[in-house]
Amino acid sequence: MQEEKNIRVLTGNEACAEGALAAGMRFYAGYPITPSSEVAEVLAVELPKIGGVFIQMEDEIASIGAIIGGSLAGVKSMTATSGPGFSLMQENIGFAAMAEVPCVIVNVMRGGPSTGLPTLPAQGDVMQARWGTHGDHPIIALAPFSVAETFALTVRAFNLSEKYRTPVILLLDEIIGHVNEKVNMPDTTALEIIDRIPPAVAPDKYLPYEHTECGVPPMASFGQGYRFHVTGLAHDETGFPTNSGREIGRLIERLHRKIEQNRDDIVEVDAFMMDDAETALVSFGSTARSARHAVRLAREAGKKVGLLRLKTLWPFADKEIRAYAGQIKNWVVAEMNLGQMAHEVEWALAGAAPVKRLNKVDGDPISPAEILQALPE
Amino acid sequence: MFNYDQYLRLNKFPLIWCSGCGDGIVLKSMLRAIHKLGINKDEMCMVSGIGCSSRLTGYVDFNTLHTTHGRALTFATGIKMANPKLHVVVVTGDGDATAIGGNHYIHAARRNIDITVILFNNFIYGMTGGQVSPTTPKGKRASTAPYGNFENAFNISGLAQAAGASYVARATVYNAVQLEKYIQRAIEKKGFSLVEVLSPCPTAYGRRNREGTPVDMILHQKENSIPVSKAESMTPEELEGKIITGVLVDTERPECRTEYQRLIDHLKEEK
Repeated sequence: MQEEKNIRVLTGNEACAEGALAAGMRFYAGYPITPSSEVAEVLAVELPKIGGVFIQMEDEIASIGAIIGGSLAGVKSMTATSGPGFSLMQENIGFAAMAEVPCVIVNVMRGGPSTGLPTLPAQGDVMQARWGTHGDHPIIALAPFSVAETFALTVRAFNLSEKYRTPVILLLDEIIGHVNEKVNMPDTTALEIIDRIPPAVAPDKYLPYEHTECGVPPMASFGQGYRFHVTGLAHDETGFPTNSGREIGRLIERLHRKIEQNRDDIVEVDAFMMDDAETALVSFGSTARSARHAVRLAREAGKKVGLLRLKTLWPFADKEIRAYAGQIKNWVVAEMNLGQMAHEVEWALAGAAPVKRLNKVDGDPISPAEILQALPE
Repeated sequence: MFNYDQYLRLNKFPLIWCSGCGDGIVLKSMLRAIHKLGINKDEMCMVSGIGCSSRLTGYVDFNTLHTTHGRALTFATGIKMANPKLHVVVVTGDGDATAIGGNHYIHAARRNIDITVILFNNFIYGMTGGQVSPTTPKGKRASTAPYGNFENAFNISGLAQAAGASYVARATVYNAVQLEKYIQRAIEKKGFSLVEVLSPCPTAYGRRNREGTPVDMILHQKENSIPVSKAESMTPEELEGKIITGVLVDTERPECRTEYQRLIDHLKEEK
């Protein structure tokens, strides 16, 4: 018997909202901004129907503050924005990283800098996602390349966020956010949903920032009887501020270790026709759609071209790229910015093969023809 | 003798506050008020921003959250919206709440969300060493107003009142009994409530403005406080330099989270 399919036509922004609901997100706080507003609009309708809460805040600073509060109260929380709003959120993204508060921040990328191009696509916030907030901090960032994948990666963003007690940034771009595509909706009851690990000890034994082996401390919620302290100041295992160099060093080291030692669990790449490729494209988000098409066209013309598509942008897929270092003679990194990821690819390859940059920052997507043209002869 | 210890994290003492600072009086008044209300410690969530007063959250045995500068009310809003069963109290200062956090302050009051703000007004940025704040009176000196403050000061309570708070009261640390009563009423109140308390800063403000000893500064509060009922019949000239204390607003207005719950319940019924 053929399985009954649930086919829907959705935009990326709608799929993001649906994915968040499927992941168990029940608190959304946001501020209107193009091209992300539809995420909020869908959730304003849907959340109260299922007992969740939607609130429109006075700005993006308030929005991320509110979702950190919501998460500390024990509810999976999310906000969505675009470049200018993402800039405003940076300080509290650092707070969420330092205080280890799970939350998901969606940035539907538009052209920048500044107000830039509100309705046109770009991929210029890749480095901001990595380094936008001050100080050494770990971060996870994912970038879907289709509407269906936006649903899946939104669920995954929540799972990683809960698993590693860390903010996760979901980078859509304007094309992915606004394009309508057919989605074979997954059975939401069969999805893998990960929740934060609650403390297994009595309140008087609870260390909210314990140096556990896996690097992730169990997390209690406010109101559960644990009465712990949360601060953005450097703190020890108890959560209270400390001036001890040893404790501060241990904290910052653990924050990085919990992501780095689990990077194989976090980093996902999609290798498309890479097995016998001599030239490799590296791309992500909507640009990877053009890149895939370009690979097919190149193959038809008899060229051995493949695509390494980054689904996880941070931590960077250095190992996955380096695995092809002996095989690939030429690399081409296609992205709608001035080479933010190309720099990382060059660093990963350390001169093993030339890396060509294909960049565009005029609000137009990179076309398959442009990618074909950029391929070496 | 009231047992403060039951609400304190004594292993975090001594307090970082300077000797002569008024903040300790606010802390004790607040704990007495919470005790009178019989609130379970597990259900009390205290949120603060950045500054001297905001360090209070580290010393009290509740669910405590020390956030970023000016943003305490945003975190508190998230907590209250996500779990309305929690009592949410924000501890903040004049700079934290009305300079960097001014936008959140007026919007939390506008929403009339059930959060109590205890605002320690010391007219100065104490922790950073005595810079001018939005409440520094005109003409007073600060490290960044070395020739006297040339700007106008905010009326913090008036701001909350205009923005739509359900309860607004102003008190001084001199009158700690009154302060305790106001805090108690503010936490009880369903809706946004503000207790603005004038808390002297002898170190960063008093010394620079030759206001005498900490005792002198508190006596100054005593001598210059005018109850709001009496102030109503006084002229602006007569009120110059006076501190109007008392309950400025005590009214019933729809509360933000309650209204949202009505929506949730209504949608459930429609199904």
